[in-house]
Amino acid sequence: MYKVAVIGDRDSIYGFAALGLDVFYTETAEDGTAVFKEITSSERYAVVYITEQLASLIMNEIEKYSFKPSPAIILIPGVKGNTGEGIRAVKKSVEKAVGSDILN
Amino acid sequence: MATTQINPTRMELTRLKKKLATATRGHKLLKDKRDELMRRFLDMARLNRELRLKVEKAISDANKNFVLASASMSQQALSLALLAPKQEVLIDVSYKNIMSVDTPEFKVHTRTPDENDIYCYGLAFTSGDMDNAVSSLAAVLPDMLRLAEIEKSCQLLSAEIEKTRRRVNALEHVLIPQTKESIRFISMKLDENERATQTRLMKVKSMVLQKAHNY
Repeated sequence: MYKVAVIGDRDSIYGFAALGLDVFYTETAEDGTAVFKEITSSERYAVVYITEQLASLIMNEIEKYSFKPSPAIILIPGVKGNTGEGIRAVKKSVEKAVGSDILN
Repeated sequence: MATTQINPTRMELTRLKKKLATATRGHKLLKDKRDELMRRFLDMARLNRELRLKVEKAISDANKNFVLASASMSQQALSLALLAPKQEVLIDVSYKNIMSVDTPEFKVHTRTPDENDIYCYGLAFTSGDMDNAVSSLAAVLPDMLRLAEIEKSCQLLSAEIEKTRRRVNALEHVLIPQTKESIRFISMKLDENERATQTRLMKVKSMVLQKAHNY
């Protein structure tokens, strides 16, 4: 059995705690990297949701996991609004496979 | 012309012909794999896109509710309310094989069957906005998990498609033409050798006849 983790700034993610997901509050790149590494190396989480704001700070770490079967790293919009980073990731994978983004 | 030196022998020729047959077959198989992967991927990518737009919108709406909730409650009261969640989401991961790519499939369990266990706080000291916020977030959760499943599969499939496409191209544009060229070179060389032997024999024969009978 795996669990679900949520990483991001406090205001964006505290509600997920009520649903029974594990929340990790962090806002800086350094702290975020450390927390992210800890979560992925513990291998107890199958899905990691991460706010777009934080994700843009630690993109290097996240991309290491995009071709491993587990865990799934999914970007979610934070309380400060949608940066479009998540949908850009979808476009990127289409571009990688097809050569250009044909889904518009 | 191949850059490496090839021995123009019959043995080498048979070896290369076998290699060409394998490469052609491999090329065909990989091409089929690529096409099928692409078909599956496009379906999935479309779904991924739809789900993502839906989930992002729902989360943004839920976030608005949470902002309302935090406006009507103190920070301490909020933290206290969510200090000890009753519910826990657990996931069973199994893998489905799509054209040799292991894509994850999630089966979601909750620790308690009661869906009201997401309200893990006393109702007396929290605002009603909090309940709205939590319930709006709970409504997105199934879609979020589905999104995780689809998006991960998409990432894995796109990597595999890229790899397969490179292989197909390498076979099609490098290995197969090169092998064909080498085969052509060897068979030309062998034919040439045969003709050389033929003429030499004819010449020798005429010389021998000349000497013996003065033809």
